Amino acid sequence: MTALRITSASKRYGSAIALDNVSLEFPDNAITAVIGASGCGKSSLLKLCNGLIRPDSGEVQLFGEAINYNALPALRRRLGYAVQGNGLFPHLTARQNITLLARLEGRSEPQLNARCEQLMTLSQLRPEHLDRYPHQLSGGQQQRVGLCRAMMLQPEVLLLDEPFAAIDPITREDIQHQLLALHQAEPSTTVLVTHDMREAVLLAEHIVVMQAGRILHRLSSADLLSQHPGQDPQAILRQLLIEAP
Amino acid sequence: MRHFSLTVGLVLLAMGVALAGAANAPTAEQPLRIGSKTFSESYILGEVAAQLLENSGFTVERKLGLGGTLVAYEALKLGAIDIYPEYTGTLTQAILGKPGLDAAQLVAALRAEKLELQVFLGFDNSYAIAVSGPVARASGLRFISDLGEHPGLRTAFSHEFLSREDGWPALRQAYQLGLQPTGIEHALAYAAIEAGQLDITDAYTTDGELGVRDLLLLQDNRNFFPDYSAVLLARSDLPPEAAQALARLNSLIDRDTMQSLNNAVASKGMSPAAAASTFLREQGLISAPAHVARTRSERVLGYTLTHLKLTGIALLLACALAIPVALLLSRFNRAARALLYVSGLIQTIPALALLALLIPLVGLGEAPAIIALFLYSLLPIIRNTLIGLFSVDPLLSQVARGMGLTDLQRLWHIELPLAMPTLLAGIKTAAIVSIGTATLAAFVGAGGLGEPIITGLNLNENRLILEGALPAAALAIAAELIFEWIERAVVPSHLLN
Repeated sequence: MTALRITSASKRYGSAIALDNVSLEFPDNAITAVIGASGCGKSSLLKLCNGLIRPDSGEVQLFGEAINYNALPALRRRLGYAVQGNGLFPHLTARQNITLLARLEGRSEPQLNARCEQLMTLSQLRPEHLDRYPHQLSGGQQQRVGLCRAMMLQPEVLLLDEPFAAIDPITREDIQHQLLALHQAEPSTTVLVTHDMREAVLLAEHIVVMQAGRILHRLSSADLLSQHPGQDPQAILRQLLIEAP
Repeated sequence: MRHFSLTVGLVLLAMGVALAGAANAPTAEQPLRIGSKTFSESYILGEVAAQLLENSGFTVERKLGLGGTLVAYEALKLGAIDIYPEYTGTLTQAILGKPGLDAAQLVAALRAEKLELQVFLGFDNSYAIAVSGPVARASGLRFISDLGEHPGLRTAFSHEFLSREDGWPALRQAYQLGLQPTGIEHALAYAAIEAGQLDITDAYTTDGELGVRDLLLLQDNRNFFPDYSAVLLARSDLPPEAAQALARLNSLIDRDTMQSLNNAVASKGMSPAAAASTFLREQGLISAPAHVARTRSERVLGYTLTHLKLTGIALLLACALAIPVALLLSRFNRAARALLYVSGLIQTIPALALLALLIPLVGLGEAPAIIALFLYSLLPIIRNTLIGLFSVDPLLSQVARGMGLTDLQRLWHIELPLAMPTLLAGIKTAAIVSIGTATLAAFVGAGGLGEPIITGLNLNENRLILEGALPAAALAIAAELIFEWIERAVVPSHLLN
């Protein structure tokens, strides 16, 4: 059974087409990068996966069943979700942000603390960070808190919407490696939306290239790199976008 | 939708319970409620009636200083008061609108309304036109008709005289006058004339200050002003023992007596209660001072507590209705906008007009005051709740939804805390506006800090005005401080600007 599958999904806003008959199956427990220029439909694709967008036609299957749009909250708790600019709640401390959902789920205090501890170690956050408000943390620390929050309930599917776009390059590299470490420790079916091909080949095993609401290419990172030896990943992306099949 | 009707139902129920408690439930011994209008003569006559009845063994509740003729009359008709002093001319002209009635016809017309002219007090207090002494002498003014040649004199009339059909509009026509009057609070007019800022105002022939200040009453040479015999107007169901006690006042007060009583209050700083009890004792109608005056601190404390009660109940009810309704409607942009318009509309109704509109519906006392304050509090609370919710970063709402928070959890854990600073500012505004507006509650007999302010204004006594104004200002500042403290307690400091 595939955890996440999209079948013939289309979505338009007025006359603008966001998604045009997209079908996609995400390999279980692997990271799939969805890449393309702004407005190519990659963010819409991600929102399709947790029901923030409902397709005009076609369907999205999670855990073997079509999404029930009347019971989204319960379903979404089995998914992790992190966004660009971290989306941390400014009135909650880092710890409160990370544990909010688990508390609403009724997890016990020892359980919460144990899980928090585990995530902190994996993402290299220090204990004193946890009691700070988001604005008291650096951009990189905020992003790590955002990742921890998404992974708190050990989701089977993790949805990441350009999570590192707003971070400086040096910090970004650190966090990219922390994401890999987190993924290795707790593998989940991960969708990573990005516009950075270097990030895509570094993190993802599978790459989906989108343009104008359609899927242009679908290939593995390994194949991609072997087909374009020694080339800069961004240059490869430019080439792929021109070579529409 | 079910949640919506449930919430609204609960809030309405709470309002009903609170109002039932606030309204004047008749007590076992059924006190007699004495009203008066807002000028000192009316206060004095109200006190005279009240103290005489108290001395005759009745329990009396004073609702003095009701805001205007129609308020007092409606209150009597509705049974919110039992007695108040009135004038026959006002009854025929302003209330019944039948200028030609003689005394017998007037009595019959009032009986049809279940009202009784209980006592003819013995003097006539007509309207008159008063002119500044120096101006009158310089221009040789003696008759009202002389004013036709001086249309440029600075004129201000009391608001009631200015708008009553038998007041300025009719007078202007009868004498063909070209004056351009503005409105003024009657109690301030004489002081304005003495200060040289005003030349002409309307007066009552029994005004105590007429004998003291340099003013000339112009002669009504076309017999325009009708007979304004002072009476005690009562409900027909007044207990016969009370009617009997009051009958002793028949023809007891002539114009000179009334003028000197008015003067004692206006110029000698006596309270209406003291003037009334002195008079009644001189007449041998009461033995001891019937009314033990409270000390000033007792008075101020009482006023302040009533004031807090009025604003507190109104504010709690407004929060209970406005916040849930705003939360529900924040999901529907158009409905939210409509709600803002309606509550904004309420805000444009002048407070006194709103109070007057409420009297026929809920009577006198605390109920109309609380309802009016409640209505005025709705707008700032609804507006700020909506603005607070609308200004939450859409990304945060999206993240909350995407994470799997239900609508209610998102509202409670994310949107409401983020809207809290704006929401609290709305409640704070409502509280401070209510504390100010509640001073008008005294016009409908609800008491509070407006009572000394309005009495002081009517009797031209600054000390009384301050007795209400200073605590009201202190309450407003206290409200500000309390809300700052609440803000600090519930909102993380970095979210406060």
